[in-house]
Amino acid sequence: MHYLFEPGLFGSGPVRTALLVGAVVAITSGVIGVFTVIRGQSFAGHSLADVATTGGSGAFLVGINQFWGFLIAGIAAAALMEGIGVQRRRGRDVATGVVLGAALGAAALFLYLDTQQTSTTGASFTVLFGSIFVISPETVPALIASGIVALITVAVLARVLLFTSLSPDLARARGVHVKVVGIIYLAALAISVSLAAVAIGAVLSTALLIGPAATALRVAKSPVRAMAASALTGLAATWLGIVLAYDSYDWPPYHHGWPVSFFVVALVLVGYLLSYARRPRRRAPRSPHEGAECSPA
Amino acid sequence: MFTGLMLNTWITASIVAVIAGMTGFFAVLRGQTFAAHAIPNGAFAGAAGASLLGINVIWGLAVFAVGGALGIGALGSEQRGRKSRNDVVTALALVVMLGLGALFVSISSQYAEETYALLFGEVFGISQGEVLPIAGLGIVAAVAIGVAFRPLMLTSALPEVAAARGLSTRRADLYFLVVMALATSMTVPVVGALLMFSLMIGPAAAARSVTARPGVALALSVAIALATVWFSIALSYRTNWPLGFFVGVAGAVFYLLGQAARGLGASRARPAQ
Repeated sequence: MHYLFEPGLFGSGPVRTALLVGAVVAITSGVIGVFTVIRGQSFAGHSLADVATTGGSGAFLVGINQFWGFLIAGIAAAALMEGIGVQRRRGRDVATGVVLGAALGAAALFLYLDTQQTSTTGASFTVLFGSIFVISPETVPALIASGIVALITVAVLARVLLFTSLSPDLARARGVHVKVVGIIYLAALAISVSLAAVAIGAVLSTALLIGPAATALRVAKSPVRAMAASALTGLAATWLGIVLAYDSYDWPPYHHGWPVSFFVVALVLVGYLLSYARRPRRRAPRSPHEGAECSPA
Repeated sequence: MFTGLMLNTWITASIVAVIAGMTGFFAVLRGQTFAAHAIPNGAFAGAAGASLLGINVIWGLAVFAVGGALGIGALGSEQRGRKSRNDVVTALALVVMLGLGALFVSISSQYAEETYALLFGEVFGISQGEVLPIAGLGIVAAVAIGVAFRPLMLTSALPEVAAARGLSTRRADLYFLVVMALATSMTVPVVGALLMFSLMIGPAAAARSVTARPGVALALSVAIALATVWFSIALSYRTNWPLGFFVGVAGAVFYLLGQAARGLGASRARPAQ
């Protein structure tokens, strides 16, 4: 026990904040990620994290709170992606790519202007990798609140979302506003992903959004079970990652700790690969409907 | 604007634009936009690893780009319809590479200055020695795509026909991803991981929305990429703002123009029916 949990682990303030924020992000991302994977919007999920950080650097430049910067950028990008995206999946990917390209260009400009003003070069690094150990306590309430908002939105919409995700044509025939549902869903995704990206970095936010959900969808039978499994997987990976990162302060080569994102990503990958090992034994005879419950089209 | 080092910039950027216009056309056509984002970005982490080991950055970029491409190709699904799984695999490949990048960066801990250049490019200040490898790679990439032009087109546009002729969509995917990875590994140090993506997707998407004919669209994609780059270099030279900004915005503007042109064309065609 002593080898896994270093003495002083739970007494440290940053570690407690990290565990709390990690749990909020992991659970929110785990649940929302299930819909993201079902709807085939992994790319959008990752892009929104990148776009939000553009908004963050822009807000820094204008001098308003970063929180507003990434919220506005994330939601605007979500509306743009769904707005100009054609209903076909490939067209939607291209629309996402164009919005992301423009946002990355803007990020280049903002970061350049930031460096002109403040002569710091670490901005781009923080944007990508972030750090869960240096979250300022002021952002914690905002993170929890946004996680709850996103979760409630998805919970209220859950049935309609599943319906429009699995058979958009049928949903449209029943009078569901598929596009409106899509935009609301993407806005919820933008809120959760962008806050996660700013707190723990775009890499980790994407890993927690896609990895656990994809793993859960490969093993779980129903969407609700998949959501629970996904949230638990994400939570386990995050907490174990944080503990390992804390332990790694004693590891070679330089004794200043290995990054959390590395451990969490590695754990998420292991989980996903394990789900591959399990699948064939359960479903030896390939039925024509195989995979139909998880992925449409 | 056209002397000495700037001449190298113009030549290099033009070569990069041609490569990006060609690979981007197929990336958009094959629905591999996400891979086009993930491979350059993930390769960027390889550069961090190379500088940690003290070897040439190109090797790190090449290993990570090709490794990522092979990973996406190997775990991805053969069936076109299972796109969500391909997306998941791409996302995981990206975060695994970037997670390793975070590890490399934290160990070497002196990398932040180079990070900006690799993300956003260092197009001004290219030496004569750097132009030649890029030109060589440009030819290799162009030949690789030219040789496989028909199989690539067929597996993208008519997968059933391709399957009937014994062409494997999956093998074509893998081939194309590796070509894209090789193109990326040479261009990232010059134009940056983010810029390479903007330059691949914007012009190709714009070209595709104007014309449905593949040959014309490919040529148009290359032409728009060249226009984007030239326009951006000129503006970046005048304003001193980063090149990536102009490329990103120009890509979006061209795409919107293309969409508007298509909308106009459609509304003009309708009364004639």
